[in-house]
Amino acid sequence: MSAISCKDLCKYYQQGDAVIKGLDHVSLQIDQGSFICLSGPSGSGKTTLLNAIGGLDSLDSGEIAIDGDRVDLLGKSALADLRLHQIGFVFQAYNLIPVLSARENVEFVMQVQGVSAAERQQRSLRILKEVGLEGMEDRRPAQLSGGQQQRVAVARAIVSQPKLVLADEPTANLDSRSMEILMQHFRDLNRIHKVTFLIATHDQRVMEWADRLISMEDGRVIRDELQQAR
Amino acid sequence: MGMPVSAMSKLAWRNLWRNYRRTLIMLLAIALGVWAMIFMTALLRGMVDDMVRQGISALPGHVQIHANAYRDDPSVMHSLPAPDKALLDVLNSEQVLAWSSRIKVPAMISSEYDNAGVSLIGVDPDGELALGFNANDIIEGRFLSTAGDNGIFVGKKLLHRLETRLGKRVVVMSQDPENAIAERGFRIVGVFEAELKNLEENMVYAGRDVVQNMLGIGTDVSEIAVLDFDYRANDGLVSRIRPVAPADWEVLSWVELDPYLGTMMRVMNGFVLVWMVVIFLALSFGLVNTLMMAVFERVREIGLMRALGMRPSAIVYQILVESIMLLVLGLVIGNLVAIGTIAPLKDGIDISVVAEGMEMMGASSMLYPVLQWTDLLLANAVVIVLGIITSLLPAWRAARYRPVEALSRT
Repeated sequence: MSAISCKDLCKYYQQGDAVIKGLDHVSLQIDQGSFICLSGPSGSGKTTLLNAIGGLDSLDSGEIAIDGDRVDLLGKSALADLRLHQIGFVFQAYNLIPVLSARENVEFVMQVQGVSAAERQQRSLRILKEVGLEGMEDRRPAQLSGGQQQRVAVARAIVSQPKLVLADEPTANLDSRSMEILMQHFRDLNRIHKVTFLIATHDQRVMEWADRLISMEDGRVIRDELQQAR
Repeated sequence: MGMPVSAMSKLAWRNLWRNYRRTLIMLLAIALGVWAMIFMTALLRGMVDDMVRQGISALPGHVQIHANAYRDDPSVMHSLPAPDKALLDVLNSEQVLAWSSRIKVPAMISSEYDNAGVSLIGVDPDGELALGFNANDIIEGRFLSTAGDNGIFVGKKLLHRLETRLGKRVVVMSQDPENAIAERGFRIVGVFEAELKNLEENMVYAGRDVVQNMLGIGTDVSEIAVLDFDYRANDGLVSRIRPVAPADWEVLSWVELDPYLGTMMRVMNGFVLVWMVVIFLALSFGLVNTLMMAVFERVREIGLMRALGMRPSAIVYQILVESIMLLVLGLVIGNLVAIGTIAPLKDGIDISVVAEGMEMMGASSMLYPVLQWTDLLLANAVVIVLGIITSLLPAWRAARYRPVEALSRT
């Protein structure tokens, strides 16, 4: 069974008299453990697709199922539970909570999940070390560089080992070295823990890490091909 | 599954101090509002308490027993015989602080220069002192020594009106049970001053036995006055006395004897609540504004929390925890400042410049603020309960944001 099944997804936006096609009859099957990059110009529908799969945005029509469960039929609280337990998000803007330290930001999701304090601390310190932020655990976001903040956001997304990570331009604000470290980490998680990755990106270097590359334009999938990943 | 309260509290506390200037201003507003609630209530409570106490001291006694017709026609015709054993058992029980019987009839007092209509009160001095007669009110001479004392004790204002003085004789006239004139000469043995000047002019005290002899009523009395332990709760005492009193006697608490005072005390409790709610309403605009601003500033974060798996209900709790922290901090400061400003005024505030006006209302020229723990509790409860209700609007707004829209806010 596919991990994610998208069937005939449509999402339209009204802009004045014009209708913008966010998603225009998009259908996809994504297997558990895939490492997929979504590419395409701005406005092609990459972010809209990620948001729809993550239950952050509603659809005008179509069906989305994760492990057979229809996401598009879930209520607000059920969607929140789905995101909490099965999905990790990495946003383009780092989106950290400014009043929490790096470690507290990483622990946030586990805290909502009800993980014990000792386990939270152990897991957050380990993941922060893995993303190269050892010694910076107690810094607030304002005391971290853009790359460091993005690594904290990534650590938060993957610390509870979700089944699916949805990343929207995760490397947009990273230098080459940070990008390499981050992608290597994503790839390790994907290979070792079979975490499914769906990454929206413009970056050709990021696309090289993917097993499957899906290109979008005007809300439609125009190319969907397997490739040899790095 | 929700976020632990400790984590919510930590987040709320830090969020509270993100814009510390706004938080401090709001704290100041809450503290000021709470102070105003408590301080003004203490002043009002003090004034009404004083009016009630003055009123009761004029009665005096928290519960009085009369013949049924006495209050309509307070003459010697409507007297009571001495209490029987059953009534005495209740009056002498531990539930009664003190009691005394007295004669109280309308009379005319005359000096060689003038005369005045007064209430002639025949008392047992020990009983009256136990009922609360204040010996400090005596400004000249002495109080009556026994129920058989031949002297008379009058107010300073009456003394001036009669143009007489301590040691001089006056004649008191009233009616006996046969409607014949009963009169007697008394020597003025003491002069008192009362906080309510009309008491000085209208009340004259003589020995109970002497007045009984003068009126020819044997051991009959006009009323039995009973003192309870707390003037605010006399229903229990009334219900113990009523069953043992004869059917043609009435047993009434001061609330029934002086409906004006009783109503005032009841209205006071309602007024305090209204007063507190009105202050809070003014305060609530600031509170809602502060929380709304806090929510608008953090729309992205709220969207992020939703995206990370926080339920809408958890967002509501998060905002409410923040609001409760603000309210509790404001309450603590407000309570401390209120207690700190009321405590130094325990010896009273001299309002003698408006004494005549206050006297018309039945209050004295010193105002003693009364800080009741129930008023403190009420002020705190009003602020917390209404504060939480008021905070529901911004909390609800925050929980309604769609994650994708909230995250795209700049």
